[in-house]
Amino acid sequence: MATTTVGEATRPPTGARAPVPAVHVPASSLRGDLRAVKIVWKREMIRFSKDRLRIATSLVQPFLFLFVLGTGLSRLASAGTHGVNLRTFVYPGVLCMAVLFTAMFSAASLVWDREFGFLREMMVAPVRRSSLVLGKCLGGATVASFQGVIVICLAGLVGVPYAPLLIIEVFALQLVLAFTITAFGVMVAARIKQIQSFMAVTQMVMMPMFFLSGAIFPVSGLPQWLTILNRLDPMTYAVDPMRRLVFDHLTISSAARRALDPGVTWWGWHVPTLLEAAVVFAIGAVCLAVAIAEFSARE
Amino acid sequence: MSEALAGGGVALATPAAASISVRGLTKSYGDVEAVRGIDFEVSAGEIFGFLGPNGAGKSTTISMLCTLVKPTGGTATVAGFDVNTQRDSVRRNIGLVFQDTTLDTYLTAEQNMRLHAELYGVERQLVEPRMRQVLEMVGLWERRGSAVATFSGGMKRRLEIARGLLHSPRVLFLDEPTVGLDPQTRSSIWTYIRELKGAEDITIFLTTHYMDEAEYCDRIAIMDKGVIVVLDTPDALKASIGHDRITLQTDDDQAAIAALQERFQIAGQISEETVIFGVPSGELFVPRLFAGLGVPIRSVSVSRPSLDDVFMSYTGTTIRDAEVSASEQHRAATMAFRRSR
Repeated sequence: MATTTVGEATRPPTGARAPVPAVHVPASSLRGDLRAVKIVWKREMIRFSKDRLRIATSLVQPFLFLFVLGTGLSRLASAGTHGVNLRTFVYPGVLCMAVLFTAMFSAASLVWDREFGFLREMMVAPVRRSSLVLGKCLGGATVASFQGVIVICLAGLVGVPYAPLLIIEVFALQLVLAFTITAFGVMVAARIKQIQSFMAVTQMVMMPMFFLSGAIFPVSGLPQWLTILNRLDPMTYAVDPMRRLVFDHLTISSAARRALDPGVTWWGWHVPTLLEAAVVFAIGAVCLAVAIAEFSARE
Repeated sequence: MSEALAGGGVALATPAAASISVRGLTKSYGDVEAVRGIDFEVSAGEIFGFLGPNGAGKSTTISMLCTLVKPTGGTATVAGFDVNTQRDSVRRNIGLVFQDTTLDTYLTAEQNMRLHAELYGVERQLVEPRMRQVLEMVGLWERRGSAVATFSGGMKRRLEIARGLLHSPRVLFLDEPTVGLDPQTRSSIWTYIRELKGAEDITIFLTTHYMDEAEYCDRIAIMDKGVIVVLDTPDALKASIGHDRITLQTDDDQAAIAALQERFQIAGQISEETVIFGVPSGELFVPRLFAGLGVPIRSVSVSRPSLDDVFMSYTGTTIRDAEVSASEQHRAATMAFRRSR
């Protein structure tokens, strides 16, 4: 393999050392693709750990909703919450919200990668595009879940107990939601190439998704138009099980439970928690598949 | 591993075979024909340059050879693999350095290198020694722990060259490797490229629109308006447009003129007390001149036509003029492209 044997004693600085054996780039393999997934994921971790400002700023919104909106509105809403603190009611929504914004931010980094050229380095590599997209989605999901953990830590401040099972369940659900949102963002980023447009589009999608999801109101007894929109909103299927998980660990009257955590119904049928989580995951899987197809088709 | 060896063996069986072979390659974007049917071959171990103004089709050609752009027509093989049908094999065997940086500037130089090694599946135990080797080659080993954002333009380019070499590609593509760099940095980049040829068994394909840089290439193809107008060694190209200029100082200029006419059938002229005339391959003519002129010669100088002259003679325009008109088109095209994105 003379072609790939390099530099033996031909260069003074390196000649003294033992020659570096030939480097062969192996043919595509599952192992190679997994290595690619891992390194793309790892890059997200490295970049996130270096970006303390991003960690801090993405917490602003959850804090606003939890403490400013939750505290402010509780003066009006105390009659309707059956004595449950409004902050406690809003908390499951905020658990989802923390993930929502961070995950979308992670996906936006793909647009930056394109802008600054790094995307090209990844696109010309001899690996499947699917491994790059998957690595990116998993990276975004991990970063967003980390953000979610910070909000989990606030549970005590809004009267939610630190039960180990609850923490695990909440984290698992956040992971699923984070994956789905990142996959959605990556799918959008495959098409939209300018950061301003990407931000505009995602804001336009995220805000209605958050407000329609029932993060800040119970989802029963709504006007029909709002019920329809609510049931169509993917976020609904993350917020509703999240609330159920949290409320399972609260000691409140059954009347309060019925009023605040009515559960999502399809034509009168209560959608089970696992199915809701499956809906969220399925949407993420579809977005991922579309994103992979988009990036694979690209030269 | 064994698969890779087998795959590599195809091209290795004939080491003298062309490293790049292009037949009738075309690329159109809608009505615009960026590349209009080009043919050429690059032998293994060559430094091959594509010279031409911006917008001549150089980058489109390089993109097709790197499998980044699908050709509209024609065929091309790189390192023995077809760019259309064996895209992944081509990608495994080439290194790329683009005009614009493709580094992650938030990461350190070493992190960028390791990321590349992972994407290209470089064997784990080879990553460290190979990285050290290529980073030392470009003089960045000591700076490997610094974030790329702190690097100068020249350092970034050197890092990209090192990264492009990390997986021991058989062909290294450099698209305008020195564009946007100051003259001193440009010449240092060229030092690295020339050294590379000695240190690695590699074919280098590059594009440039700097005439002086084309001199460093073993062979150059001059490209203009999507076609190759001429392809040869820089010396042969310069010879092809005719004459080297020979300037003589003699004891008797009039006698020298007469002797030139009589013995070599060359018409010389006197200008500022020197005798000037043109001959093909000047350095071959000088010994004959000393032997046969019969007039004492005090000094002689041979100057070659520049590549600017070559470009002028083949395209009928200077590269700078071509650049101006092309850059206006290019700007319009870029704007249209940006809008469409």
